[in-house]
Amino acid sequence: MAVIRTWTDRVAAGVADFVVRFRWLVILAAVIGTGLAATGMRHLEFANNYRVFFSGENPELLTFEKFQATYTKNDNIIFVLKPADGQILNPRFAQAQERLTAGAWKIPFAIRVDSLTNFQNSWADGDDLTVEDLVRDGVNLRQEELDRRKAIALAEPLLNGNLISPDADTAGVNVTLQYPGKSLTEVPEAVGYARQLAVDLRRDFPDLQIALSGISMLNNSFAESGQKDVMTLIPIMYGVLIVVMAVILRSFTGTFVTLLVIGFSTLTAMGLAGYAGVKLTPISVTAPTVILTLAIADSIHILISMLAVMREGRDKIFALKESLRINFLAVTVTSITTVIGFLALNFSDSPPFWHLGNITAAGIVAAWAYSLFFMPAVVSLLPMRVRARSAGAAPGLGSMERLANFVIARFRAILVGTGAVAAVLIAAIPTLELNDSWVEYFDHRVQFRNDAEFALENLSGLYPIEYSIEAAEPGGISEPEYLRNLDAFTGWLRAQPEVRHVFSYADIIKRLNKNLHADNPEWYRMPSQRDLAAQYLLLYELSLPYGLDMNDRVSIDKGATRVTATLDNISTVGVRAFNGRAVAWLNDNTPDYMHARPTSATVMFSHISERNIDGMLRGNLVAIVLIAGIMILSLRSLPLGALSLIPNAIPILMTFGVWALMVGQAGMAAAIVSATSLGIIVDNTVHFMTKYLRARRERGFDQADAIRYTFQTVGAAIAANAVILSFGFAVLAASTFKVNAEMGLLTALAILIALAVDFLLLPSLLLIGYDKEKGRSHDDARVSQAA
Amino acid sequence: MTMRVSLKRLNRAALAGLLSLSAVTAAPSAFGATAEEEKGFEIAARSDRSDRGFGDSRVGLTMTLHNAAGAQSKRTLQIRTLEIPSEDLGDKSLIIFDSPRDIDGTALLSHAKILDPDDQWLFLPALKRIKRISSVNKSGPFVGSEFAFEDFTALELMKYSYKYLREEPCGEFMCDVVERYPRYEYSGYTRQVSWVDQEVFQVRKVEFYDRRDDLLKTLALKNYRLYKDKYWRALELSMTNHQTGKRTELIYDDYVFGAGLKSKDFVKGVLRRIK
Repeated sequence: MAVIRTWTDRVAAGVADFVVRFRWLVILAAVIGTGLAATGMRHLEFANNYRVFFSGENPELLTFEKFQATYTKNDNIIFVLKPADGQILNPRFAQAQERLTAGAWKIPFAIRVDSLTNFQNSWADGDDLTVEDLVRDGVNLRQEELDRRKAIALAEPLLNGNLISPDADTAGVNVTLQYPGKSLTEVPEAVGYARQLAVDLRRDFPDLQIALSGISMLNNSFAESGQKDVMTLIPIMYGVLIVVMAVILRSFTGTFVTLLVIGFSTLTAMGLAGYAGVKLTPISVTAPTVILTLAIADSIHILISMLAVMREGRDKIFALKESLRINFLAVTVTSITTVIGFLALNFSDSPPFWHLGNITAAGIVAAWAYSLFFMPAVVSLLPMRVRARSAGAAPGLGSMERLANFVIARFRAILVGTGAVAAVLIAAIPTLELNDSWVEYFDHRVQFRNDAEFALENLSGLYPIEYSIEAAEPGGISEPEYLRNLDAFTGWLRAQPEVRHVFSYADIIKRLNKNLHADNPEWYRMPSQRDLAAQYLLLYELSLPYGLDMNDRVSIDKGATRVTATLDNISTVGVRAFNGRAVAWLNDNTPDYMHARPTSATVMFSHISERNIDGMLRGNLVAIVLIAGIMILSLRSLPLGALSLIPNAIPILMTFGVWALMVGQAGMAAAIVSATSLGIIVDNTVHFMTKYLRARRERGFDQADAIRYTFQTVGAAIAANAVILSFGFAVLAASTFKVNAEMGLLTALAILIALAVDFLLLPSLLLIGYDKEKGRSHDDARVSQAA
Repeated sequence: MTMRVSLKRLNRAALAGLLSLSAVTAAPSAFGATAEEEKGFEIAARSDRSDRGFGDSRVGLTMTLHNAAGAQSKRTLQIRTLEIPSEDLGDKSLIIFDSPRDIDGTALLSHAKILDPDDQWLFLPALKRIKRISSVNKSGPFVGSEFAFEDFTALELMKYSYKYLREEPCGEFMCDVVERYPRYEYSGYTRQVSWVDQEVFQVRKVEFYDRRDDLLKTLALKNYRLYKDKYWRALELSMTNHQTGKRTELIYDDYVFGAGLKSKDFVKGVLRRIK
């Protein structure tokens, strides 16, 4: 120890001297450095596309991109219209829908508008085939005529449950958008226009309730949710910070410089993120909150030590240098482990987590540098007063000693007890259900959540599952075998309890067969000849208007058609189960070439947690190995370094156990929490074990006395640190984005459990083999040989 | 922004009204159209006149569809056209599909109208019946392509009102750039911008603007060939949809003019006997 201490002490002392001597230079450099980095923040923009949650290699994304290149991009905005009196098709509301349909064509990037009124209804009169809007100029139609159209709509499988609710009291206008993808203003532009249409329509039809749902509204909500979070979380965090600092430090200067360090660290990290071209998401905007939480720890350690030395009667500069010497190594090691934990997020499959990890890592490094260099330089210039502390006010000193004695007396019982609790909790982990629902990612403060639920309750499902059902060859979609199987699959889908609507080419071709047989209902079935079906399709295509073509349903070589099943509000577990059944049905009942894989944003989200967990398992492994290596190096003991894995890993496992028992399900956040919390909770283990070893090696204490010493010297600091960190992460629970709230609560929980583990299990582990009578044990040889 | 658009629309409606009146007299200047409108109409009319009197034509062509994923698909068809000299009536045309095999022999007879829905009949060989198609839709994609039926059949002068924009080089030529506004109520376009060369007065390029007045498609007409020393025909047409990334190419075989087609070859009854 002596060698290392001298070496690190020498570096630390050198740093302290340098900082105090060149304080103006250091301050200038820090301000300029922060200023330069912060200019990168002008490049920061909010991403507004759910695709940012998927890496370029995500297999579900690749399948979906290919699907969309074959048909049409399916970004959409759906207007859900519900009149107060439940009469969606009377002359007034027919007029409202026609007006909205026409207006929706003007939404930027709209390429298609589907509504009840512009539905291309086909009907026959002898050998005349008419294809026309279901309702045109409805304001001048009599109610009986509109009722007749309503009956057609309800009988039409493409409309019922899609653009008109089965009880005919709600209708939808669906706008398909194709964004050029050149600018981040595209989605807000389209959404802004759509919202204005809704405002205008509400003004003229006050008895019409209008909600806006769809993928574009979802995408826009990512930016809106992130912006809301920035407005709420960061002020809350700064509020919490100031209170905590005031309580712990009782020093205006200390609070002020800590604020500076945190502000500078955040500006630096966010500025660098801007230069790196990071697009902000609700997840990556939590980085300032996380940096803030973690950066406090560095400052507090340094300031507390400094104040303690000053209370001993030393002057400010001496106390400052001494504090830097004491804390240099610990602050450095804990920063490194935390950085490792956050960098491990790069193993995730979701880029927003990479960004969170990298921005936070940059922030931690910045906080390390500002705490060790900039802060002392500023403190050396500012007045710092120490108040004499009344004897009883030393926080937790007495209780720490009692706790130490309790652990020493009962360590075997504690080992058994915590072991049992940990075993029960770990056993509960498999019951944890992974669930990611994009609608439920947002809480009710985000309008999209309310509108999407309104759409779900009143009109249709929210979660489309797409299938591109291939035929045997180009043109093969007209083969009777293909059509028969397509019809059977469509029927099977409709019979599933979670399916709200199915859009299939099968319904179109059956309707055409009926139309071309003079609307005889007996002919509402699949044509029996390939050329006949192909010619029906040709005829139908010749009759469709601009924007309502079949390109989004049929591939250009007529070798595949698209089936869309819209699911009810079900969990991603339910989505995966449904997909499994659908694939199995296709495999069992259709020829090989028709075995389509489901795709869509919903499918992508239903696998996002597993994908992230797969990646993060590797990430955690790397983080654990690196952190264990650092523990072994800094403790300079292989066995104790290895032992540290237990108090480092068990709290995370127990956290998932507690979550499984109390909440039961978790989303994407679950995948990343282990890596980030590992990097954080390891800090307390470092502090505890370092002090313990110092007591054993330098002071020659036995195990029990060393434990007492450790509790007395760092117990309170560890507790205070854990409380600050868990408060900080708990603030994320106030996020409008569920992934952040879960991440915050899980991390806070892990930190508190880690505190309990560090205070109970870790000392008990260190006491194994300790004999009260003899006061010494064979363990001594193990410890002292390293010294 | 909104203000500007609505003003423009107002203007256009007024202009359409004006020109539908002027169509009766066939002299737009008489009703005080602006110089630009007059010049635009003159350029379009000159282009239209250069084609007058061709009588009838027949041609085969290959249509190749490309989607955004890079896949492609081909159809082959023949088009027979009968010129109707009156400017208030559209030409008559007959389109016969040869491939893919499934639609071989399917034939579409069309009597184009200027401001009304076209009369259209389709013969379905598999059903052995002729169906009259009643639809107001003219701008929809033709057999899944990026062309609307009206985009590649003969240009009818009176289907649009016009406005001269400017002149600018277009490839090897100097072109007049003329904006034209569909007068048909159910057109999918708000306007088109056409480039007409100043040498032989043929359309070289057309841009189509959607209902939002955003650029939707661009048509490039290439490989013009002169028939009978008088009639120019582009043998390569390529339509690119800028919003979806899809593209369709038409490659024409050699045109035959004066094949002796008559009005009786363009009546519903001939559809059954076409192949």
